[in-house]
Parts: sequence; C-alpha cells; structure tokens
Amino acid sequence: MTTITEVQTTQVYQVFIKATPEAIWDAITKPEFTSKYFFGSEIESTFEPGARYVQWAPEREREWVEGEIVESDPPRRLVHTWLSLWDDDQGREQPSRVTWEIDAGDDGVSLLTVVHDRLEDAPKTAASVSGGWMRILSGLKTLLETGEPL
Amino acid sequence: MTDDDLVFRALADPTRRLLLDQLFERDGRTLTELESQLEMTRFGVMKHLRILEDAGLVVTRRSGREKLHFLNPVPIRLIHDRWIDKYTEHRVSALAELKTQLEETA
Repeated sequence: MTTITEVQTTQVYQVFIKATPEAIWDAITKPEFTSKYFFGSEIESTFEPGARYVQWAPEREREWVEGEIVESDPPRRLVHTWLSLWDDDQGREQPSRVTWEIDAGDDGVSLLTVVHDRLEDAPKTAASVSGGWMRILSGLKTLLETGEPL
Repeated sequence: MTDDDLVFRALADPTRRLLLDQLFERDGRTLTELESQLEMTRFGVMKHLRILEDAGLVVTRRSGREKLHFLNPVPIRLIHDRWIDKYTEHRVSALAELKTQLEETA
C-alpha cells in the first residue's frame, strides 16, 4: 500500500486512431489542428528540449497552459511540463508533466497514450484536467478519422 | 467485434463495473489491491481485467516491480460523443430554442 500516494497522481488515457504516427504528431504540435479539438486553443512551441510550450486561449486572449519541452522524438514521443493558467488557483500549483506516446500498428491504426503525472503538488489541476483529457482525445480521434471536429 | 461491441460487452457485467468504480475512486492499483475488494479468486479477477483491457477501459503501466491498472475513460467518452449526442442533440437544441424564445418575450 506504499505506492498509493504516488500512483494517485498519475492519469492515463489511451485511444486507437486510424492515422499514421506522423499525422497524429502534426495534430498534437500544430496550432491549426489543436484549435479544432483542444478547447479551441492554439499550441505554440519549437518542440526542442528546453523550449517553452504554450497553449493559447482562442484569439490568443491569454495563456491557458504553460510548460517546457522535456523530450521530443517525432513522431513517437513528446514530454513537456504543464502548468494550468486558466484558473488562478491552479496557476499557483507546481508544474506537472504530460507524456504523449504514439505507437504505430501494422494495420494503419496507431495507439496514442497520454500520461499526465507528477500531479503530487497540483491537486486542483489533477481534478480539473481529468474530464478534459478524454474530451480532447475523443475530439482528436474524430478530427483525424473524419476530417471534421466534434 | 467492433470497438463499441467490446466496450458494451465489458460494461455488461456487475463485477467489471465494480472494478471500474474502484479505479475511478483511486486510480493506479495492483491486481492484489483490486482482488482484496472482491469475493473472487485471483484468476477470476484477472479474467475480468483482461476483458476490460481488451475493451480499452483499463490500461496497465509498469511502475518499478509493479503492474498498475488505470481507468481509461476515453472509450466511454467515444460512445457518448457518437451515440448519446446523436439522440440528445435534437432535444437539447429544442430546449435551447425554447429558452431563447422565452427570454425574448420576457
């Protein structure tokens, strides 16, 4: 029972998408895609380790999420830190970490896994993002498979 | 079987729904932890977990020596987005229209 406090702060989301890893990578890293499934937000980063990671609110009204690229291995793996700025209380918490893993299947279907962890010092963020990730991944799958946002 | 069939089949069992509820309450549990809450053999729990994994409702990750089980709500969300929305959209939009009409006349 010793691992409970640690594991409770990890969230795992997974979805099969009929798309190549390259197409999924583009959908994760290009603002013209993220604006269609990520609550309308535009992503901005060079995706080089150490670079800033920003999710802009629609119309770039404010920053919703800020972080730093930790690891980038297109089109397989992206790791960045995450600080929610859409809510002041969450903005005062410690940054957490998001890992995107893309595994190619042999039938043109890829498996996308999102792990949001290191949420130990960000309980408000943990509660806030748990419903969001499944909506984002459902929207991402629909966009890539149909070309239309949800 | 389609992905949706696997999800519906996985959900059509009280033990499996109980396992999902347990993970919802506290995510990232070992088989031993999950088993301790159920009056069932380890093998029985493993069989149920396998069906949940096949449906994508449970995802396992290794953490050191342990295999942890996580609730993956995305397949349920997909069914919601594709099925529930389809049938409720009409009613919701009718309500939205009613609201607009009432507020205009108020």
